[in-house]
Amino acid sequence: MVEKNIQNNETVLEVDDLVVHYNTEEGVAEAVNGMSFTLHKGETLGLVGETGAGKTSVALAIMGLLPVPPSQIIRGSIKLNGEELVGKKNKEMRSIRGDKIGMIFQDPMTSLNPVMSVGDQIAEVIRLHENISKGEASVKAGKMLEKVGIAADRYKEYPHQFSGGMKQRVVIAIALACNPNILIADEPTTALDVTIQAQVLELINDLKKDYGTSVILITHDLGVVAETCDRCAVVYAGEIVESGSLEDIFLHAQHPYTKGLFGSIPRLDVIVERLHPIKGLMSDPMTLPEYCSFYDRCDHACEECKQGEPACMEVSPGHIVRCRLAHPEAMKPESWEKGQA
Amino acid sequence: MDEILKVEKLKKYYATPRGLLHAVDNVDFSVERGKTMGFVGESGCGKSTLGSTIIGLEVPTGGKIIYDGRDITFPTKKELKELRKELQMIFQDPFSSIDPRMSISDIIAEPLIIHRMYRSRQERTKKVEELMDIVGIARRYAYSYPHELDGGRRQRVGIARALAVNPKFIVCDEPVSALDVSIQAQVLNLLQDLQRDHQLTYLFITHDLSVVRHISDDICVMYLGQIVEKCSAAELYLHTLHPYTKALLSAIPIPDITIKKKRILMKGELSSPIEPKDQCRFAARCPYANEECYSSCPKLMDVGNGHMVACHKVHSLEDNL
Ligand SMILES: Nc1ncnc2c1ncn2[C@@H]1O[C@H](COP(=O)(O)OP(=O)(O)O)[C@@H](O)[C@H]1O
Ligand SMILES: Nc1ncnc2c1ncn2[C@@H]1O[C@H](COP(=O)(O)OP(=O)(O)O)[C@@H](O)[C@H]1O
Ligand code: SF4
Ligand SMILES: [Mg+2]
Ligand SMILES: [Mg+2]
Repeated sequence: MVEKNIQNNETVLEVDDLVVHYNTEEGVAEAVNGMSFTLHKGETLGLVGETGAGKTSVALAIMGLLPVPPSQIIRGSIKLNGEELVGKKNKEMRSIRGDKIGMIFQDPMTSLNPVMSVGDQIAEVIRLHENISKGEASVKAGKMLEKVGIAADRYKEYPHQFSGGMKQRVVIAIALACNPNILIADEPTTALDVTIQAQVLELINDLKKDYGTSVILITHDLGVVAETCDRCAVVYAGEIVESGSLEDIFLHAQHPYTKGLFGSIPRLDVIVERLHPIKGLMSDPMTLPEYCSFYDRCDHACEECKQGEPACMEVSPGHIVRCRLAHPEAMKPESWEKGQA
Repeated sequence: MDEILKVEKLKKYYATPRGLLHAVDNVDFSVERGKTMGFVGESGCGKSTLGSTIIGLEVPTGGKIIYDGRDITFPTKKELKELRKELQMIFQDPFSSIDPRMSISDIIAEPLIIHRMYRSRQERTKKVEELMDIVGIARRYAYSYPHELDGGRRQRVGIARALAVNPKFIVCDEPVSALDVSIQAQVLNLLQDLQRDHQLTYLFITHDLSVVRHISDDICVMYLGQIVEKCSAAELYLHTLHPYTKALLSAIPIPDITIKKKRILMKGELSSPIEPKDQCRFAARCPYANEECYSSCPKLMDVGNGHMVACHKVHSLEDNL
């Protein structure tokens, strides 16, 4: 299973040292703190983490949709096929969105117009990006509906006539109507029932195969990552604390937070008397420490960890861990060896 | 068996413009004292309606609810108030019906005042502090307001409030569904500890099969107002019988890349049980459905060892295993 899913290593998107802050009355929320990752052609990259980790902020930064104010890109670069997106004008970003990058939000109504028929909404997007007649766009929109599993004769219906799962399908149709290179799906199935989630994930997978789209899938569900992604990055307090192939993350997790996540989830197939939660609460982005953000919640934290920000360690090719203790020569506390099972 | 709750042929119908909606339809089950009975199913299958009908927030359309030997199907106002001391409820959003200007301490103390328990102010404050300790909220939050708390702490306040009157039976309606996994695990552990320390019985409602499997002794799977499968938690996952349960289980993404399972993709979507016909409510989405399934509604039947299934074809499906 090694790397077979990655057809080639052509990079389509490169995020480097991205820092995003929100300036609010209560203070500065450090939402994204130096995130770097790459997305290769045709792959699905999972961004996994809990509420407030900064996942949506990264997605919005890539799309050029961060609300300014209160947000601000402090530094870093976002390159789409080598072209820098940070600093681009709204007008330029608008043409990139939909044409090159499509996005699906958790709440489908974020992207839908309640007073326009679903078919017309798809046709409108197509017309924005292709120089074709209204009639031709309608035909294409109808085909797109069929593609996402909605009968074309529902073309004239409005969003409120659809269930949550069907609305999300319409959003997918809109996002894919212009055949973007990259699709960013931000918790696309979080609000849906599991059986509908299964249908929607299957749909995204099929479309990805048909169109060769590269996908960034944002989720808090490690199960979804296991079943749909090729690579995975675990996000905590605005940083990627661990990233690598699915084998790296699911079989050889090193970062205490990643391991904590696995200990927290009840499983269908593995029975435990008690769960092993991560202690404490999500770090507050307004009061992040100068050292490891996970320090307060970490079962292995020691004095060493307070000596400034941990550096990223490549523990095996492509498997990166942001923890001092992951360093082969680090003095490791006893608890670390025990948790290594 | 020491039954604390017995529910017989319980029905709750709602009148809608399109006809009678059978939100809960002929539901039978009982819960053993000190155990957890899980109810699982997709949104709209009637879980919340069932929970609120049992604790008297909704008036049943028919059937019987027996709590600790007493018929509580149609309680008087006075009886209902007495029952509130025994039966409590924890919701997904603990503050949806609470005045946002009340402090945490007031919120937890309110049931004590309503039920005239711990009458002196001092005693009450002591009890509130004790409750905060039990559910693990630092006492310094006593004078905070709900909006100042994160999801995990809010849910702990909801639990403290439910515990205030020393209930014996708690209906937990999606209590961890809005929480992040690391916080969810903390709250699930807390609920387990409280059950052990206070001999509580839970009716645990959730759409999450992994959570229900973890916390329950027995599980009922609901589909459009009816129980379609009921058995012990272990049995449900080892010997899944109902086609709906099978499809539901197969839809859950497992966080393990060494397991490759076959997914049963269900056709169509959940409808709503408005004026349902006398047929299996799952038939239109069921891969095994035949004529019989469309000619009558299957009854919940014991197929051995207390494993109950409502499916006409359960015996032929069993053979396939
Ligand atoms: N519009 C906003 N105004 C102020 N702060 C915000 C805003 N959006 C996000 N934040 C801050 O950024 C942090 C990360 O948020 P977000 O990117 O939405 O995380 P995630 O998607 O992982 O839940 C939040 O904890 C919050 O403090
Ligand atoms: N007050 C009400 N009036 C009419 N229909 C209702 C009412 N409450 C619930 N329902 C309907 O009853 C069914 C069951 O709802 P509910 O018990 O909330 O399901 P669940 O908790 O499993 O999601 C749904 O079809 C819902 O629309
Ligand atoms: S009774 Fe028939 S339709 Fe219903 S679940 Fe069983 S096989 Fe499927
Ligand atoms: Mg988000
Ligand atoms: Mg409900």
